[in-house]
Amino acid sequence: MKYWKGIEELDNTPEFMQSAFAEFMPVKESHESKDATSAPRRDFLKLMGFGVAAATLASCETPVRKAIPYLNKPEEIDPTIANYYASTYFTGADYNSVLVKSREGRPIKLEGNPESPITKGGLSARAQAAVLSLYDGGRLQHFAIKGQKAEVSQVDQEIRTKLASTTGRIAIVSPTIISPSTKKAIAEFASRYPNTTHVMYDAQSASALLQANGGVVPGYDFSKATVIVSLGADFLGTWISPVEYAKQYVVNRKVNTNKRTMSRHFQFETNMSLTGTNADVRVPVKPSEMGATALALYNAVVGGAGADPKTKLGMAAAELKAAGATGLVVSGSNDPAVQTLVTAINQSLGNAGTTIGTAASNVRQGDDARMAALVNDMNNGAVGAVIFYNANPVYNHPLGDKVKSGIAKVPLTISLNDRLDETGSLCQYAAPDNHWLESWNDFEPKAGYLSLSQPVITPIFTTRQAQESLLKWAGNNTSYYKYLRANWRGITPTDAAWDKAVHDGVLMGTALPAAQAPATPAMSPAAAASQLSGAAKPSGVELALYEKVGISAAGSEANNPFLQELPDPVSKATWGNYVAVPRKMAIEQKWEQNDVLKITANGRSIELPVLIQPGQANGTVSIALGYGRTLAGKAGDKVGENAAVLAMTNNGIQYMNVVTLAKTGATSPIAQTQTHQTLMDRRPVVQENTLAKYKENPKEVTEYEKISTPDGLEAPNKVSLWQDYQYNNHHWGMAIDLNSCIGCGSCVIGCQTENNVAVVGKQQVINRREMHWMRIDRYYSSDTHKDSFETKGKLDTYAAMEDPSENPQVIHQPMMCQQCNHAPCETVCPVLATTHSSEGLNQMTYNRCIGTRYCANNCPYKVRRFNWFSYYSNEKFEIVNGHMFTDLGRMVLNPDVTVRARGVMEKCSFCVQRIQLGKLEAKKQKRRPKDGEIVTACAQSCPTEAIVFGDMKDPNSRISQLLRREDGERAFHSLDSINVQPNVTYLTKIRNAESEFFAKENA
Amino acid sequence: MNSLRLRSLPHLLLALVLTFAGVQQASAQGAAADVNKKGVAPGATAAATPATATTPAAGGGDAAAIAAGDALFKGNCAQCHAVNEQVVGPALAGITKRRPVSWLIPWVKNSSKVVASGDDYAVALFNKFNKQQMPSFALSDKEITSILAYVTSQEGQATAATGGPTAGNAAAADGKADAAGAEEGAGKYVDILLIVLVVVLIVLVVTLVIIGNLMKDVLRGRKDLDGRDIEILEQRFDWGKLYRSPVMRGIVGTVFALVLLYEGVQSVMAVGLTQGYQPTQPIAFSHKLHAGEHQINCAYCHTSVYKAKSANIPSANICMNCHSQIKTESPEIKKIYRAIERKQPIQWVRVHNLPDLAYFNHSQHTQVAGLQCQTCHGPIQNMEVVYQYSALTMGWCINCHREMPLNTKDNKYYDNLVKLHDTKNAGAPFTVSSNGGTECSKCHY
Repeated sequence: MKYWKGIEELDNTPEFMQSAFAEFMPVKESHESKDATSAPRRDFLKLMGFGVAAATLASCETPVRKAIPYLNKPEEIDPTIANYYASTYFTGADYNSVLVKSREGRPIKLEGNPESPITKGGLSARAQAAVLSLYDGGRLQHFAIKGQKAEVSQVDQEIRTKLASTTGRIAIVSPTIISPSTKKAIAEFASRYPNTTHVMYDAQSASALLQANGGVVPGYDFSKATVIVSLGADFLGTWISPVEYAKQYVVNRKVNTNKRTMSRHFQFETNMSLTGTNADVRVPVKPSEMGATALALYNAVVGGAGADPKTKLGMAAAELKAAGATGLVVSGSNDPAVQTLVTAINQSLGNAGTTIGTAASNVRQGDDARMAALVNDMNNGAVGAVIFYNANPVYNHPLGDKVKSGIAKVPLTISLNDRLDETGSLCQYAAPDNHWLESWNDFEPKAGYLSLSQPVITPIFTTRQAQESLLKWAGNNTSYYKYLRANWRGITPTDAAWDKAVHDGVLMGTALPAAQAPATPAMSPAAAASQLSGAAKPSGVELALYEKVGISAAGSEANNPFLQELPDPVSKATWGNYVAVPRKMAIEQKWEQNDVLKITANGRSIELPVLIQPGQANGTVSIALGYGRTLAGKAGDKVGENAAVLAMTNNGIQYMNVVTLAKTGATSPIAQTQTHQTLMDRRPVVQENTLAKYKENPKEVTEYEKISTPDGLEAPNKVSLWQDYQYNNHHWGMAIDLNSCIGCGSCVIGCQTENNVAVVGKQQVINRREMHWMRIDRYYSSDTHKDSFETKGKLDTYAAMEDPSENPQVIHQPMMCQQCNHAPCETVCPVLATTHSSEGLNQMTYNRCIGTRYCANNCPYKVRRFNWFSYYSNEKFEIVNGHMFTDLGRMVLNPDVTVRARGVMEKCSFCVQRIQLGKLEAKKQKRRPKDGEIVTACAQSCPTEAIVFGDMKDPNSRISQLLRREDGERAFHSLDSINVQPNVTYLTKIRNAESEFFAKENA
Repeated sequence: MNSLRLRSLPHLLLALVLTFAGVQQASAQGAAADVNKKGVAPGATAAATPATATTPAAGGGDAAAIAAGDALFKGNCAQCHAVNEQVVGPALAGITKRRPVSWLIPWVKNSSKVVASGDDYAVALFNKFNKQQMPSFALSDKEITSILAYVTSQEGQATAATGGPTAGNAAAADGKADAAGAEEGAGKYVDILLIVLVVVLIVLVVTLVIIGNLMKDVLRGRKDLDGRDIEILEQRFDWGKLYRSPVMRGIVGTVFALVLLYEGVQSVMAVGLTQGYQPTQPIAFSHKLHAGEHQINCAYCHTSVYKAKSANIPSANICMNCHSQIKTESPEIKKIYRAIERKQPIQWVRVHNLPDLAYFNHSQHTQVAGLQCQTCHGPIQNMEVVYQYSALTMGWCINCHREMPLNTKDNKYYDNLVKLHDTKNAGAPFTVSSNGGTECSKCHY
């Protein structure tokens, strides 16, 4: 099987081939003498001579450094010892129970809360990066009237006066709120001002899903599912509650010798989503065909109409029927008819109580119809006052223009948003909300599951918690903490119970009032079926709007550089959105990657570059939501274009449309990280096989390379020039299960926050200078295989192997420093800046490095990163790398990890600071470290527990047991034959796919 | 440290002369190194166990109880109480006569509870000491009785005697102080000896010159000398010849060049070195007074030295534990009051500055290795103003890691490693570096 890393590699374009095997892309730098900033060599020498003398003189004086202790040290804080507080991340999209790592009173990292029964210690990439948003200089730092700084008391007084005299309807607009106490506070506000209505809307709406299920999201349980059919729901990446679902999903995806079964996953979707890349069977369908697909599935499963079992749909239907109660159908569609049929299929499968649990989810409550009605009312002048509570509809609602015109007609407009964003800047009053890390709050993400958040830092700016503002305006002067505490008397009657709840962060119990029924009642399946069968087929190119794993559809993370630079799991693009175009369309239209297209729909048009995306359904294009902010902050403004305006709004909100595309002639480069650091394709880097084969004989699923020796074929490690290291104390190792890795990117951000990795910005990513220590390589597969050698001949087969597959299979492979025992980097360093430790680590010593970059050139895995600039002090990086640049941003840095200077190499250290800390704690307690106590940031972040880290010297550690069990079965080293003996072991990916769908490679 | 400052222009000009100074300096450094080694002797490390780890063997006779009480008293009580003198709390002499043991035990365990119960004596005592609360101690009955036994045994002794070391740490500090004192005494003795010798030499030279002149005069008076004798008698030493001698010039030139080179290398190597750095602090806090004379355990103020990376510069509220009562009129202590009133933290000047690229953890060295503070910080109990005692260079760190045996005693972390070392390499000491303690990423990450 031939893998290719991207279209460029497949095409073998001269530009690509030129740089394909180069570690560092040659970048043309300007050295013209007219450039005032560049100094000629002679001047440089003069300056340097003076500089040395000045430095010598200056060094005579010791700089005075201050040591400033607390005045009154809090008992629980010891400088340099981290404290952990349980809290909750929920910003209207996904829910995560978190532990906040705090050093000297500053939150510096978020980790998953293992106590949570919902997210179980997993954490999404967005939640990982959320700590950076706390120190976001783009936040509004004070109360404001018409954008000008104002006193809190003045704002309060004016708002209260105006609210009291408001005659029309008062509306509070927010995204989904799952906090019982917040809802109570809003209710109290509504009882003081009886005309008040609370309107919730979701930027990625699930109204149809709610409508078909009585106003709640069913409590899906993927862990009990043996057959999963998803109709466009990206449930592993962005849909409803991805961390929870990913945790459940992998339960039936993990295999071992004793459990050779896997769930089977069918995915019908338009754009290649994260979930689609993990599916066993993926079928590209147009957005307009989704209804027909749902109907056909409904007819086959419920109606008993025979579907052709040879089609993918027929297979899915047959397997669903056979699975019965362990089958599950989900749909990301916002068409009530589709969702009605999906609910009907699930009911007929009888999966209530198994794959659809009893605890319904509350994390989507937005009602499109109510929001649309409000927008009309605002434009009609029927609304007297509107309060935007962390809602930015001017930007992220498809009716944004109408919201904008409506705001101008409302007499009193108040924004509680954290910044003067697209909506907030149009409001008269701004009373910015605290960041959630500065706030008390409660949450009920699922019925019966409560969770709390607590402040871990006093508000950095003059902000006030939004609930407190609402209570104050309603005439209630209690602090929100007291309000919340009083509200929780019923759940935690004693102080001890409350303290435990705050300590754990989670609690079983219920406090949320029953869900509000949707404005439009549910349809009957028959009506839905007839509506779908009568649907007209649109002609023209169809557009699907989707949400990215990094930036949410609401765009609220836009000013977070970590997430902007997080490569998309599939396209590996950073910093901006693009039009994903299927290869066939690109060839027909003569479009090339980076060509800017004008996309027109609804009479609106936007211009975006083309990205050729394998797997994109023919006749469709896709654009991500959440980009193109204009008032998000310095880092987030004008990154991509806002695609929300292209959504269909005439019949509810549909994230699709028919569009016209026109080439503008301009080009705009897309900053992709993949096809950089190309691994040479002649050796197996990544391995996979089928479940059928695995069931037959687990010892045959992995291909182990042998090399020729005088004694015949031998394993590569039998032949070596080097002496092996002896490890007496510890031998750290990592195992990555490619079956469990879904490619979500949580580890990438976890590593970035833990290790103070710099953000470099779009241009430097294009220059291949991204700094991520950990990347996730995404491999597309080709459809043609070696087994056609006999029929087609070798040459033709190889030529055919180059042919693109319209719908490739995908593997995600996390790649970081492999900590080789025979490390090629170590032997070439002229200054011994990279050396081997007695615990198996490949150590990188920044202060010794002189920047020859020999090591990076000699690294077969291309995981070393060079500091081309002082990212912390070069003003080019002030905006994108604010977390190292500004005093505010620097508060997020991990004080245990050096910020690397210009001209030095860096790479994954296996989180050596955590290893050292873990060993020290064990030594202090006079014992050996316990397994699981020392864990790297990536392993800790992983929502699917694909990464296992531990001491391979400890025979009882999880990693030792895993490696013993998988030895000779799925365990392999990437590029085994070059015998660098990595300490990172991968486990072969197993697909639950039929043989005709999957290559018969070794047949 | 004067010699360091002097080492500039005149030093270079008079390099030849200063070779002697160099030799002298080297000998002084040698002496310091000796002290250093004394401080780190593995035998002494046992005494450095922190107060928390002191669990005396209870029972076993009166002497044992007094010994156990001694340690407990110093670990828990001595910060506020002395036996024969009122410090923060009352003097404890005669306490067993004043109150029954059955009253004392609940008092020590939780004094505020006793006060709250309305006990007359307790309330009176509480009021007498300005309602200053005695913290509660999680000590067992047996431990409290042993403390009382110790207090009884110390009754009536001279006040000076009660100023014993507060913890094992200070005991070692004493040892160090003695060593330092001995060194100082020896230095003085050598000085006197030298002066005497010089005086004797001068007297000898003068005497010889006088004798020589006398002899010459006598000889000149004699008329029976022949020409050769007169030549010898009237001989003058030709200084010019010596000056023109190429051998002499060569020797002087070489010595001068060598000294110049040595001094040059030394001064370049000293760039960025701040050994001896002794900044003036905003408050004239004396470690000599607190750690030396009053024998307050280092960890009482530097609270996290046994558990964290940082030893922790004490916060003002720790000062207030004692200084809300003691020396409240001192102008230096008033500065602390002012800081608290204005809510402006005290900005001490950092004495020990490691570069950001080096990771150093106090608890690794104090709690795990059992080193004393003085090993790196020098005779802190004698410092009126703290100065940087050690070089704090990488070479200094590495040298110690190469020589220092690991403190593996009673630490299960090391059990198998020690066995492995003993089977393979029993002859060599199991040093920090033999366990990977000189690898880059132990300190740089």
